[in-house]
Amino acid sequence: MNAKRTAGHRMTILAPEGMLGYGIPPRSMAEGMKRNPDALGVDAGSTDPGPYYLGAGVPFTNRRAFKRDLAMILEAAKTRRIPVLIGSAGGGGGTPHLEWTLEVYREICRERDYHFRTAVIGAEVDRGWLTRQIARGRTSPLDLDTPLTAAEVNRSARIVAQMGFEPFMRALDMDAEVIIAGRAYDPACIGAVPLRAGFDPGLVIHMGKILECGGAAAYPRHGSDSLLGFIEEDAFVVEPPNPDKVCTVASVAAHTLYEKADPYLLHLPGGAIDLTRTTFEQINPRQVRVSGTRFVKAPHYTLKLEGVRRVGYRTLAIAGVRDPILISQIDAYLENIRQRVAETYPDGYRLIFHVYGRDGVMGRLEQVKEIRAHEIGLVIEVVADDPDTSAAVLALARSAGLHVTYPGRKAIAGNLAFPFSPSDLKAGEVYEFNIHHLVVVDDPLELFPIEIVET
Amino acid sequence: MRRTIGDIAAFVTSKNAGPFLLTLDIVFPDRATYERFKALKALDRVTVAGLYGVMAEDVLKIIEFDPAHAVKITMRRAWGSGAVGEGDVYGAQQHVPLMEHAVPWEDA
Repeated sequence: MNAKRTAGHRMTILAPEGMLGYGIPPRSMAEGMKRNPDALGVDAGSTDPGPYYLGAGVPFTNRRAFKRDLAMILEAAKTRRIPVLIGSAGGGGGTPHLEWTLEVYREICRERDYHFRTAVIGAEVDRGWLTRQIARGRTSPLDLDTPLTAAEVNRSARIVAQMGFEPFMRALDMDAEVIIAGRAYDPACIGAVPLRAGFDPGLVIHMGKILECGGAAAYPRHGSDSLLGFIEEDAFVVEPPNPDKVCTVASVAAHTLYEKADPYLLHLPGGAIDLTRTTFEQINPRQVRVSGTRFVKAPHYTLKLEGVRRVGYRTLAIAGVRDPILISQIDAYLENIRQRVAETYPDGYRLIFHVYGRDGVMGRLEQVKEIRAHEIGLVIEVVADDPDTSAAVLALARSAGLHVTYPGRKAIAGNLAFPFSPSDLKAGEVYEFNIHHLVVVDDPLELFPIEIVET
Repeated sequence: MRRTIGDIAAFVTSKNAGPFLLTLDIVFPDRATYERFKALKALDRVTVAGLYGVMAEDVLKIIEFDPAHAVKITMRRAWGSGAVGEGDVYGAQQHVPLMEHAVPWEDA
């Protein structure tokens, strides 16, 4: 990168919030816009809410909240004529997620008579292409020891790749005013504008890492909020536009740890940033200056793949147990239910008891072996290949749970307290992550088609 | 005497680092407390594995991060996030064995 181009220059990016649809505080947005940002960048996705949303092709944010936030951002962008970059649209960043985002976006534009030159960037991965990359030895596991196989690719319900900065920069080259991108490396929506302007990639990416979570790097850390980033030639500064919050060395440095396996080396498409020489400096009570972060280019450009497979259909029931005689023998009681169910349905399903008050939260990691509670919460879960089997097995487990007897039983009318009628809740399709791998590409743009649409 | 890590630290948290890793952060209130904790050398992979009843090789990294006065521990997740039978999709409530771990600590 050409440092001379940025000498004496400064660029301001506003991240209105850390997750599009979680609620932008209007005062933060107004204060942020007073600082004349050069671009608005907002991340809309995550794998954190689990595999369902990518698989089912639905967002994890509420439509009304999402529309409100997006309308606020578009209004600000229109007033100041600055670009808007949205990454991982619709949460999962697949094609249905992009379509959902576009539908809401078009509705806002129609209602408010907004006209933006809009770039839409796809991020779904073609199974045939990926299978060929496996054959060429271009894929490798990430955090798992299992290599990717063609069979696993074919079992996937949906596969996306996290795009880097390059597709966003190309869309800016195409004069896009609004960029709605599928699955993207979270900092890309923040960093594409300053990176394209020639600012140091190590600093841009690190600033993107902090801003993509919005106000999370400011204290007090509560609620969804905004964050400003000011990038210069040899450092960047972060500041919360919310006057009730501050960025401190502790808040910014601690955020660098968040959700990362190793805070000194953060991998990204095409390389990594190295934080071993990074310094965090409090320059006034509300601003932290960060410098020294270096970009390390990788020998091969790799993209992270995310995929999920459907593993069945879930039905569940929630119940409480208050009887101390039953609680004292809960394991035998649950095993009895399992056997009763197996007499009618020998296989073809998974029956799981989540026992809150025993190990419902930590499962096999739980080290407290005895039950200390006076009541326990029971979630009875069935996952089966089809919804009817799932419902039938759950119904039997629930009725057996209510009526099965046990030694010393006094409460012969029923063993479970159900908080709801109906007791049996259909939870729909169940997905699991099955692809979490890297793939080498020759061209950072090759998986991400850019389409210009009119609004 | 002994104090728990939860008593000494400002924050003790757990969270996914991707769907297949769990990362635990201990953030200390100031440089002095952090340096004092580091000097104890109280956390190694075997100790952490013991707290969670897992194998030492499942504890992948223990990293001291000076800029944040923090110690970060990254472990393999027992299950992938959202896997059938798994109980904590975000991995946000797996911090307690670490928080309740007591280390030698004389009050100043």
